[in-house]
Amino acid sequence: MAEATLDTPATAPARTRRIRWSVVFDHLILMAGAFLMLAPTVYAFITTSHDAVTIHREGLQLGFGDKMGENFHNAMFVPGGFTQTVDGTLMLMNSFILGIGFALGKIIISMMAAYAIVYFRLRFATLAFWVIFTTLLLPLEVRILPSYEAIQQLGLTNTYTGLIVPLIASATGTFFFRQYFRSVPEELVEAARIDGAGPVKFFIDVLVPLSRTMIAAIFIIMFVFGWNQYLWPTLMTTDESFFTLVRGIKQIVLSYTDSQIPEHGQALALAIVAMIPPVAIVIFFQSWFVKGLTESDK
Amino acid sequence: MAQVTLDAVRKLYPNGHEAVQPSGFTIQDGEFMVLVGPSGCGKSTILRMIAGLEEVSEGTISIGDRVVNDVDPADRNIAMVFQNYALYPHMTVERNMGYGLKNRGMPNAEIAEKVREAAAMLNLSEYLDRRPSQLSGGQRQRVAMGRAIVREPALFLFDEPLSNLDAKLRNQMRIEVRSLQRRLGTTAVYVTHDQVEAMTMADRIIVLNGGRIEQIGTPSEIYDRPASTFVASFMGAPPLNILEACAVGGSVLADGGEQALADANGHSDGALMFGVRPEDVTVGTGPHSFDVEIVEELGANRLLHGKLYGQAFSVSVPKDREARTGPVPVSVRPDMVHLFSAEDGRRL
Repeated sequence: MAEATLDTPATAPARTRRIRWSVVFDHLILMAGAFLMLAPTVYAFITTSHDAVTIHREGLQLGFGDKMGENFHNAMFVPGGFTQTVDGTLMLMNSFILGIGFALGKIIISMMAAYAIVYFRLRFATLAFWVIFTTLLLPLEVRILPSYEAIQQLGLTNTYTGLIVPLIASATGTFFFRQYFRSVPEELVEAARIDGAGPVKFFIDVLVPLSRTMIAAIFIIMFVFGWNQYLWPTLMTTDESFFTLVRGIKQIVLSYTDSQIPEHGQALALAIVAMIPPVAIVIFFQSWFVKGLTESDK
Repeated sequence: MAQVTLDAVRKLYPNGHEAVQPSGFTIQDGEFMVLVGPSGCGKSTILRMIAGLEEVSEGTISIGDRVVNDVDPADRNIAMVFQNYALYPHMTVERNMGYGLKNRGMPNAEIAEKVREAAAMLNLSEYLDRRPSQLSGGQRQRVAMGRAIVREPALFLFDEPLSNLDAKLRNQMRIEVRSLQRRLGTTAVYVTHDQVEAMTMADRIIVLNGGRIEQIGTPSEIYDRPASTFVASFMGAPPLNILEACAVGGSVLADGGEQALADANGHSDGALMFGVRPEDVTVGTGPHSFDVEIVEELGANRLLHGKLYGQAFSVSVPKDREARTGPVPVSVRPDMVHLFSAEDGRRL
């Protein structure tokens, strides 16, 4: 770097041009990517400003109509669905409960598992870790029938517990925390032992605060993952008041099919609403996220 | 305040490695004991066994009148300062220092009082609200010391606490640590690989080599009467000159030399090791021809490196004495000669 700065005056024109071309090229790729990602969203957002008839007849729209406020209002606040008991706000709340419960549960469980594996002289600790790790090969979709059967027999269908608990064991989280704990200096543990901190105190007073960037990073990943869950909520919740947004969008469209035109505008409005929280969380916690996955300052 | 006694303490790792051979010694109340030796000599293992961080394979360790083999580190009434400080990165200086007291259930007001006192003693009062990452190396080391002091332990344990500091700061902290320990009168065990630290700080030194105690003694005892060639070459800079020699007819001759280096002191004829400190050699007159190859300027004095009877040899001369390469006559102060056994290197 220093060298580059020093000889800048002599070679500035050539250097600037070369850098400019590569920068232009990079930006073209980035812009193309951004366009591909954003265009459908913008398209959907604009279309929410039209009524169902227009959308049904003419497809997605590129110009703004005058029904946006009405569509969002209806989607969020007017009870719909088969039983007419669930509106967008309730579904949004359900989604938050699932997303946050899912993320917190995963963090708590995986942190404690990693703590046990790293800091306690367990028999077969490594084996236990690899057993946990291989469950990555058995995602929910593979074990969905037995999981459903178990929860159903426990009478936990249509409860938040049933929605969240079966999903919170996390090999990924355990793995991340294990790697992180292993990088915490041994002396810190010893200093804490001499300072009279037992295992629980050390965990709560030292390890948890030390891992906060890591926790934030995993929280983001897991929140988005939980928020976007579709299959499990679909199986678990038959009571519409437990519907999440991701699951509810479809329900709204379906329930109108009998004799009416589906409320495309409202469904798109819900889809837009469903996108906002994960995006907002990622934007707000971005710096933490990067820190958590890259920083090693202990 | 306490005396520490190790009785036939041994450390054997499950893989069969014997880190510490059965060793025993007593550290007096208020004494500053330094364990010194090259890396892997077992000095840290001994310290960690005293701290309770490492289990004792055989023998007993007592602090005060109490055998502590099975006592938890937290209950041994000790405080330890680590090489990399081991401060809690997320806590302020104040909380770092008070954490041990908080865990013992001391009321907050009392903790704050003790922390303030210790901080004033260590010139840390302005930094109580800072995090360790906002402090310099020397300040972090002081915080680590403060954390040890506030506990008012019976015993301080130092594990190479100055190794991460630069040379100048190390000299300064050496004096600070020593004077602090004097003032508090707390027994201290200090581990280092730096013989200068050992010589300057210790009341007594234990020199370790390969898990075995080579010598226990005051710095001047260790320097003036090293118990083995290992101690002789490890302690002191520049190290003691050691020449392969033999006793013939009541005097000691270097291998390849004709002139007697010293009296054999009644040792029977045969091979032995002859040792003399570089400062105990006089240049200018004498029966031996020392071939100077390199002159090292140290400011206060000069070091001449070269060969004596074909063996590596160094001589220290005062700065006002001229020195250049080439052969010079030297003589050895007869009362400053050390003789060691050729077989096991023990002092004769």
